[in-house]
Amino acid sequence: MRDFSIMKAGEKGLVVDFGNVIDPQVNGCVHRLARVIAANMPDDIIEAIPTYRSLMVYFDPLHISRESISDKIRMHLDNIAESGSEGDTTTVVSIPVCYGNEFGPDLDFVASHNKLSIQEVIDIHTSKPYQVYMLGFTPGFPYLGGMSERIAAPRLAQPRVAIPAGSVGIAGSQTGIYPIESPGGWQLIGRTPLQVFNPGSPNPFLFAAGNYLRFTEIDAATFEDIRRQVESGTYTPLTSTIERGGGAECAL
Amino acid sequence: MCTVIQPGMLTTIQDQGRIGYRAYGMPVSGVMDRYAATMANILVGNEPDAAVLEMTLLGGTFRFPNEAYMAICGADMQGTLNGKKIRNWSAFYVPANSELAFEYAVSGCRAYLAFYGGIAVPKVLGSRSTYTRAAIGGLEGRALQADDVIEIGKAAAMPYAARELSYHHLPKYMNEIHVRVILGPQDDLFTAKGLQTLFSSSFTVSSRNDRMGILLEGAKIEHVSGPDIISDALCAGAIQVPGDGLPIIMMADCQTTGGYAKIGFVISPDLSKLAQAKAGDTVTFVECSDAEAVSALAAEKQSYEKAAIG
Repeated sequence: MRDFSIMKAGEKGLVVDFGNVIDPQVNGCVHRLARVIAANMPDDIIEAIPTYRSLMVYFDPLHISRESISDKIRMHLDNIAESGSEGDTTTVVSIPVCYGNEFGPDLDFVASHNKLSIQEVIDIHTSKPYQVYMLGFTPGFPYLGGMSERIAAPRLAQPRVAIPAGSVGIAGSQTGIYPIESPGGWQLIGRTPLQVFNPGSPNPFLFAAGNYLRFTEIDAATFEDIRRQVESGTYTPLTSTIERGGGAECAL
Repeated sequence: MCTVIQPGMLTTIQDQGRIGYRAYGMPVSGVMDRYAATMANILVGNEPDAAVLEMTLLGGTFRFPNEAYMAICGADMQGTLNGKKIRNWSAFYVPANSELAFEYAVSGCRAYLAFYGGIAVPKVLGSRSTYTRAAIGGLEGRALQADDVIEIGKAAAMPYAARELSYHHLPKYMNEIHVRVILGPQDDLFTAKGLQTLFSSSFTVSSRNDRMGILLEGAKIEHVSGPDIISDALCAGAIQVPGDGLPIIMMADCQTTGGYAKIGFVISPDLSKLAQAKAGDTVTFVECSDAEAVSALAAEKQSYEKAAIG
């Protein structure tokens, strides 16, 4: 059974920690526990926050004690371990990206740094779905796993002061999208016309931790077309489903 | 209705925070000083989670064309109503065409102005709290500016009689702040000497303190082998210690995840003290058990209940 530990995070919090690593299976356990807790303990918890390697659970200690909430979590983890792989599916959200030019000013650098052509970088970046390990940094910012080392690139020596919302970047062997305009040091390779975070919408976040993202290449005309649809509220993001698996299932 | 004549240094609309979206990377925000803001709401007869104005260091000046009833709690910003001094930690009637003015805080850092009926701005993701970094909540997601107009919520049977909070419930804002800490989740990444430094030295609040976090200066807290962890969740109260060994206490607007080891958490009833800290104040930490923290939380709740019945 995979080791986990339950630690304190103030009088209202506990952290179920599965190990200090970035690993698809460890992250799979985090999200599986998050789902089980959401389904079975809604009255016991205030909020649960999944990260790469742990689930922080927030509760009201005047309503339920740390001991009883920890016991319940241990029981659910035992059940997960006994029931084995879930074998269910999760959502893959398709993210159309216009690569290069003014949308991706660092695409040339990423290509030359890796001795690849620009098209090769795009082909590798769009070749497979990425697991959303967690959201953080700014509302809706996805920490994605599984990018090929072949297109890895160092952060900018001097971070940009303002990166436009929708920018898609690479930092080390990570890739991600900036949901809102923010400062940042990632190499920008393209931009999506989708709104990753739209607080006025009934679905304010385009995706959740535990989902997968797949980038698809679009041209500037399509970018403009989708941007208009997004603005008028008529765009529906393309989604598909994928088996949880490929190493991302939770094996406790 | 309330018109802003002078906004003060940093005045924002806040309630008890945006709960339920941290899994999406959305910070909680909300009032920095839960105690003072809740007491202000109790004094005017609002629900504790009604939105209030949070003023920072230098208060604002406001004009009220219509009568209103409001309370001021927290830092003492020497409030005056139509030129006449008003008492801190009290609720008072404001006649039509009044001007309410605040100055520099002579004690504490943040003051809370609660209006009977609350503040009628739309909720964004379940909360009226302003989170300026994503420009959401409050008034257009930003701090108040001169000439802004704030709509006060409608409510029946406005009280008129002035009310003061009993002296039993008045906190004293000191320049030496003492807070209780529950160790974890990564206290094992610090040496025994590092833990001793945390609990035996006195830290100074740096000028780098805001709604996101309070950076402390002082003795360096020693890690076993470096500060970096694979990011896990953060929330208000978490004490992160980056590579320079100087602790940062995360506050209301803190990011939801972070990559520095967290030696411990300041218990939530003591965050109100830190919300009133100014640059140059000193902070000391004492270790606290879970049971002690839960009693402190229960005592805070009891204060609210007692204050509500007068």
